[in-house]
Amino acid sequence: MRRVSSRALLAGAALTVAASLVHADDTRKEIEKYQRMTAESSPVELWEMEGADLWKQKRGPHNVSLERCDLGMGPGVLKGAYAHLPRYFKDTGRVQDLESRLVTCMTTLQGFSEQEATKRVFGNADKPSDMEYLAAYVAGKSRGVKMQVSTKDPKEKAAYEMGKALFFYRAGPWDFSCASCHGHEGKRIRMQELPVLSSPKGARGTYTTWPGYRVSVSQLKTMQWRLNDCFRQQRFPEPKYASDATIALTMYMAVNANGATYRGPGTKR
Amino acid sequence: MTKTSIYLCLGALAAALAAAQPAQADPSPMEVRALLHKDFQAKGQATMSRVDQDDLQFLCTVAHNKPSAKRVKEMEAEQHAAIVYPADGKYMGDWTKGQKIAESGKGMTWKDKPGEQNGGSCYNCHQLSPKEASYGTVGPSLRGLGKKRGDGIEVQKYVYGKIYNSKASNLCSEMPRFGTSGTLTEEQIKDLTAYVLDPASPVNQ
Repeated sequence: MRRVSSRALLAGAALTVAASLVHADDTRKEIEKYQRMTAESSPVELWEMEGADLWKQKRGPHNVSLERCDLGMGPGVLKGAYAHLPRYFKDTGRVQDLESRLVTCMTTLQGFSEQEATKRVFGNADKPSDMEYLAAYVAGKSRGVKMQVSTKDPKEKAAYEMGKALFFYRAGPWDFSCASCHGHEGKRIRMQELPVLSSPKGARGTYTTWPGYRVSVSQLKTMQWRLNDCFRQQRFPEPKYASDATIALTMYMAVNANGATYRGPGTKR
Repeated sequence: MTKTSIYLCLGALAAALAAAQPAQADPSPMEVRALLHKDFQAKGQATMSRVDQDDLQFLCTVAHNKPSAKRVKEMEAEQHAAIVYPADGKYMGDWTKGQKIAESGKGMTWKDKPGEQNGGSCYNCHQLSPKEASYGTVGPSLRGLGKKRGDGIEVQKYVYGKIYNSKASNLCSEMPRFGTSGTLTEEQIKDLTAYVLDPASPVNQ
């Protein structure tokens, strides 16, 4: 990790250089250079390896592994599973994203209570969470697979439509919706370019790189965390973890990203 | 129309629609609001009442930010009438303080302590001083605004009002209503007005 950190510092220096430039074109080039450097120094693999160990480890009151967990492609099938999520699951009667489905497997297979399974879903730089390791591992098994999220089931279609409505719903002290930041082509917040997540172009580029390793905080972050942090900045109250609302929004973005090749877990500023 | 009466009307409308067509309809803002109440929780200063829309938020949401010209005119007038201008008739404060407020993106989130001074997050969306290279582009560039428009009293009043309630002149603008929402104080808005208009401010260099 020490080697990684020094590279991250170097990448940080590139950002400082970027910030000191005045012309937009130069700035964009510097940002791209910085993004290439950070991608090259990404320790995402470490998260995937930890996740693989956790997946196979016998844990919980039932002392079993997650190897029989059904993420939608059949028990234990990981290849391509993430590229087909969220989806409707008969056994729970819910549309579920990766993280909510992992909670389901931890409770049904391993015997954890839901409270135990969701006790520490967001980690920190000193100690990542089990969920972050597992999400990285499972998502990595879809690398190179085309996003193909279904809206055939009425519940899947309903989740998509609800996600869309949530995306454009304006509220809070600052009147923000998701679209306030992610609905206008070619805009930035400070130096950060904003993908238009309601359009295939923006959703494809962004959704396919989450979960993502954030160089600025030396942590791998999941989609549930990303939504949580967006709502914080939207000045909203906090979304409950793996709730229907967060899954609906994920569904909306995932369907908008359909057809693109999944290439995560990615690397972020 | 009050918040409650809007939801009552909407409830009746939704019920009528549901009876008329069994096929799946797009979720109404009322259904979205109900889901938000189920799936969100209050945290810090971010209380659950924040997911309830006021008349303006409701109108801009259902109209995809493009309400009819008539409604825009009516509601902009309402928003304008509610702007509280400084009693002393002075709109410009200290641009040096304004600069700090413009740079700060703190405030109003569940992580921010209530009672601490909020920032204006201006640089998140606007270019202002040429010395600050890290600026957003969601809003128009305000660089040299005072140089272009001068700092006459009418311009000052306009800028003060724009920061206080941007929706009074652009109903579905993405810019927060910093005065109306209680994010910034009168003094802070004066300082920001000075930051964009004062000839000595770096914004006008």
